[in-house]
Amino acid sequence: MPATIRIPTSLQGLTEGSSEVEVPAGQVGAAIDDLITRYPDLGERLLGEDGKPRRFVNIFVAEDDIRFLDGLETTVTDGQVVTILPAMAGG
Amino acid sequence: MSVSFQDLVNQAKQQIREVDPAELERRLTEVTILDIREADEFDQGAISGAHLAPRGILESVISLHVSDFEQEVVVYCGVGARSALAAQTLQLMGYTDVRSLAGGFNRWKDEGLPWRAPESLTAEQRARYSRHILLPEIGEQGQMKLLESRVLIVGAGGLGSPAALYLAAAGVGTIGIVDFDVVDASNLQRQILHNVDRIGQPKVDSARETLTALNPDVKVVTYNERLSADNVLDIFAEYDVIVDGADNFPTRYLVNDAALHLRKPVVHGSVFRFEGQVTVFDPYVGPCYRCQFPEPPPPELAPSCAEAGVLGVLTGIIGSIQAIEAAKILLDIGEGLTGRLLTYDGLSQEFRTLRVRRDPECPACADENQPPRLVEYDITCAHPGSMARIA
Repeated sequence: MPATIRIPTSLQGLTEGSSEVEVPAGQVGAAIDDLITRYPDLGERLLGEDGKPRRFVNIFVAEDDIRFLDGLETTVTDGQVVTILPAMAGG
Repeated sequence: MSVSFQDLVNQAKQQIREVDPAELERRLTEVTILDIREADEFDQGAISGAHLAPRGILESVISLHVSDFEQEVVVYCGVGARSALAAQTLQLMGYTDVRSLAGGFNRWKDEGLPWRAPESLTAEQRARYSRHILLPEIGEQGQMKLLESRVLIVGAGGLGSPAALYLAAAGVGTIGIVDFDVVDASNLQRQILHNVDRIGQPKVDSARETLTALNPDVKVVTYNERLSADNVLDIFAEYDVIVDGADNFPTRYLVNDAALHLRKPVVHGSVFRFEGQVTVFDPYVGPCYRCQFPEPPPPELAPSCAEAGVLGVLTGIIGSIQAIEAAKILLDIGEGLTGRLLTYDGLSQEFRTLRVRRDPECPACADENQPPRLVEYDITCAHPGSMARIA
């Protein structure tokens, strides 16, 4: 069973409308790379030039922010959910 | 054989101990004091720190006030008669250190000792807030706390509307509203503080009219100005809780940084299309906004609701949750969203909770002794098109 990446509505225009994308389990960085390979326009939205997650995007594995785990090397197991959470300011 | 009330009191006084007002006054902070008169008598004046425990229900409520049978307790009434009987009853129940105030509250006042007229709800307020008062977590004391509370709403827009309406209905005594925009027809799909008759009026004026009509108990303070580094500290200083319903990143970072300066909790809510987020930033206790998002996105990656749209009722859900969080903070009840981010997706109809942590290297809150410099990002940058609004 693969892992799932949840795509926020603000980025679904770049994933052909998909709200969830299945990726192989492994490291979250590889999962994100796999996602970007399929949807290249997501690249600059999620990762900076240094290859790290941008400072206005949080990536969670299950309930935890990967910045407080092992960053992009955080393990994602089968069936786990990766949540991409962009900053939003609407009020 | 019949026994008169006075006989009963005289018998009781032989079996109990009394304390003089002057002696009690010296030991006020060490003794549990119970006012055993009726609530209306208590409302008109009582010894500071005394708990109301009317004689008629004393036996059933005593354990709420006195947990230890050896605890030192003083009971008082008007003149010291009913309290003698009350002391006798408490002794029968096993309380070993109970005394009755000699001469009661009347003698206490005659001797010029300090007392207070406790604030209490009016009959109208008891009716208005009866469903709150029924909740053990709120009760009359909690309702009075709400009436004494002060909440600032940043933005009288989609989030600020339901938050302000529910907090006003709840009886939050002072509600401040900051917004420098005017009501526009395109606001009315979600900004339920306003209506068609108010189009073109300042939003804060419209908000005051709506909130005052809903609950005249509420004092509405309006700030028809843009929140800026120059005014934010003065405005925030007047409030207990800040509800952030701004519609742009610059204001949200300014709210965060000012709240750190003043150590004010911020109930943060934001929306985009069908999704919303709510959390509480409690300065130096949990994470701040910059722990979560150290920097705002560049403008090309941050479309506003004006550009991307938002489902009107979504703001009702998120703003209402903000009102709940604000009320919980004011009442000090429940488990707040500090350290947790609640996300809501209206399309899948799912709530999720994510853990958010304080970043030990946060540029804003890592060092408690050095709150961040107040920065005003270029507002036109974050919001191409319809900028410079807080709504």
